[in-house]
Amino acid sequence: MNIYVLLKRTFDTEDKIVVNDGVIEDDGVEYIINPYDEYAIEEAIQQRDKHGGEVTVVTVGDEDSEKQLRTALAMGADKAVLIEVEDDDIEDQDQYSTVKILEAFFEDKEVDLILAGNVAIDNASGQVGPRLAEKLGIPYVTTIVGLEIEDGVAHIEKDVEGDIEKIEVSLPLLVTCQQGLNEPRYPSLPGIMKAKKKPLEELELDDLDLDEEDVEGKTKRVDVFLPPEKQAGRILEGELQDQVKELVSLLRNEAKVL
Amino acid sequence: MNFELTEEQKMTQNMAREFANDVIRPRAMEIDKEGKFPEDIFKEMGKLGFLGIPFPEEYGGSGGDTISYALAVEEVGRACGSTGLSYAAAVSLGASPIYMFGTEEQKEKYLVPLAKGEALGAFGLTEPNAGSDAGGTETTAVLDGDEYVINGEKVFITNASYAKTLIVTAVTGKDDRGKNIISAIIVPTDAEGLTITEIHDKMGVRGSNTTQIVLDNVRVPKENLLGDPKAGFKQFLKTLDGGRISIGALSVGIAQDALDKALAYANERKQFGKTIRSFQAIQFMLADMAMEVELARNMVLKAAWLKDQGKPFTKEAAMAKLFASETAVRNAERAVQIHGGYGYMREYGVERLMRDAKLLVIGEGTSEIQRIVISRNLD
Ligand SMILES: Cc1cc2nc3c(=O)[nH]c(=O)nc-3n(C[C@H](O)[C@H](O)[C@H](O)COP(=O)(O)OP(=O)(O)OC[C@H]3O[C@@H](n4cnc5c(N)ncnc54)[C@H](O)[C@@H]3O)c2cc1C
Ligand SMILES: Cc1cc2nc3c(=O)[nH]c(=O)nc-3n(C[C@H](O)[C@H](O)[C@H](O)COP(=O)(O)OP(=O)(O)OC[C@H]3O[C@@H](n4cnc5c(N)ncnc54)[C@H](O)[C@@H]3O)c2cc1C
Repeated sequence: MNIYVLLKRTFDTEDKIVVNDGVIEDDGVEYIINPYDEYAIEEAIQQRDKHGGEVTVVTVGDEDSEKQLRTALAMGADKAVLIEVEDDDIEDQDQYSTVKILEAFFEDKEVDLILAGNVAIDNASGQVGPRLAEKLGIPYVTTIVGLEIEDGVAHIEKDVEGDIEKIEVSLPLLVTCQQGLNEPRYPSLPGIMKAKKKPLEELELDDLDLDEEDVEGKTKRVDVFLPPEKQAGRILEGELQDQVKELVSLLRNEAKVL
Repeated sequence: MNFELTEEQKMTQNMAREFANDVIRPRAMEIDKEGKFPEDIFKEMGKLGFLGIPFPEEYGGSGGDTISYALAVEEVGRACGSTGLSYAAAVSLGASPIYMFGTEEQKEKYLVPLAKGEALGAFGLTEPNAGSDAGGTETTAVLDGDEYVINGEKVFITNASYAKTLIVTAVTGKDDRGKNIISAIIVPTDAEGLTITEIHDKMGVRGSNTTQIVLDNVRVPKENLLGDPKAGFKQFLKTLDGGRISIGALSVGIAQDALDKALAYANERKQFGKTIRSFQAIQFMLADMAMEVELARNMVLKAAWLKDQGKPFTKEAAMAKLFASETAVRNAERAVQIHGGYGYMREYGVERLMRDAKLLVIGEGTSEIQRIVISRNLD
């Protein structure tokens, strides 16, 4: 099987995020593999080990993304592709841009299965997977928590708001992976030492016959800001009757939610 | 000059940190309290290749270098001193001598399972009457036909209850000048006449397995002699040089954990209407802790680098071990001090660091012995 994984390098949202003039500060932020993409990598490796074939991890990102690709190789992926775009190269780079680039990349590829994360935890659009499938003309299933492949048919368990939907779909196929699908492995130490020897191809827009204008975003980012800081809670006192009255009044006048 | 870690070294550090935080750290208090060796953690570490970091793949290793290994020991030790000590002893004392001095057959037979983490290694040098003075070894191995017959006693041997083979040092004869020749011999732990007893009650590293070993007419084939029969003493000095890098790394881990905990607590604890972090007395302690842990780490990595470059590193390994272990003792003590009365209680996890750190200025050569080694190497 030809298995591809879409991977994004994101900042660790468990770190303290600092926003300055609408830009997220780079300093001291840890960058990681988008956690949902880790499920995709793990699943890809497991499917390859069962059915044979090759796992290729693809990212659209800057040169620093090599680190996350190497980690995926250390986990057990066979090949990696870095489609290099620097931050300022593309105007308003958005999901449209990423999908356009990936579409060009996949144009001449024989694909059986593409796995992506359910969302990237930074922008959380959840669009890249489905939009790419649409462009490639293959079916897709989002938020999967189970995958068995038999005779070219995928038996999928999909998370639907806590319930499970069972779906059968033919390959080639794109899926996006949800927590619960598997337990991503740690890269093994021999894997880490070998990762450097595995092929990592670097491509630029030029290599995909794309111009910067072709991939200009369709959306504009107007502002980036942190949610307001959580205020300390208040405990109401007095007779229960009065407390209820006060609560309703606060909800109406102060919080303005009623 | 370049202080940058390689990609592999960084990935090793990240992976070891993640594994230690997810799997080892949550268990550290229980491991200490119950004094129970975490066998399951070692199985997992074995599968991930921790036990084989500095050995090539052809011997079941991970194909890494000493620096990667030191970084991994630091991360494991930062989460749990007991696990860190057993890890360092398994690789540096149990497996390394076979890699450095073993024949091809010995490596195939004994190193491969150790590097893969299928078994743990142990190294028996210390005896009741020969500690710092390892040359005073009293255990004897006498050749009888094709077999060595070994008699003697070893104490404080790490991991032996969980080992399939031990390396023991024994007197095998006298040289021209009448001095004892000491050799190292590989002994299967199921050999007849071999008794391993765990020593349970100890101050720190309580989850690490520490044992007493009695050898009563233990017979092993003469092929089990490790390396040069005449150079056993030199061999274990070399083994200890490498081991000191790992004890240094473990010390850095404990010293770093002490700093992490003290800093977090100082930022939280309020007295006199302010965080105690705002008091200069606390700031100065934190500054010293951070400075010393950084210096210790640099020295450990320098010694590891020298070893990887094939350059002499005896003096530097002794310096690294000495400075890092004494830093661990100081930092642990300061962390307890910064925690005040809470630090004295088990729940806060810093009194354990004080107990664990104390082993580091004793094991693999006391601080006094390190100073002797350093001074002997000055010219
Ligand atoms: C938890 C633990 C694990 C261990 N694991 C192992 C192991 O796996 N394998 C192994 O072989 N050993 C192991 N050891 C033994 C350890 O290496 C010895 O305890 C150590 O070398 C000190 O020897 P000793 O205990 O006999 O003390 P001694 O040598 O009796 O030392 C007592 C004191 O005298 C000082 N002293 C001795 N000689 C001199 C001198 N010439 N000049 C100045 N001061 C001196 C020492 O520094 C020390 O302060 C372990 C010990 C412990 C506690
Ligand atoms: C075993 C034990 C028995 C005890 N018995 C009793 C008892 O019988 N009765 C009783 O009342 N108490 C008792 N205590 C409590 C003990 O007196 C306190 O733990 C001690 O006074 C420290 O207070 P703390 O633990 O709140 O630490 P904190 O006051 O929070 O101190 C934390 C750290 O901050 C430092 N610090 C605080 N303020 C300043 C400052 N202004 N400038 C510089 N540094 C500062 C401290 O020196 C310390 O290093 C006992 C404690 C223990 C551990």
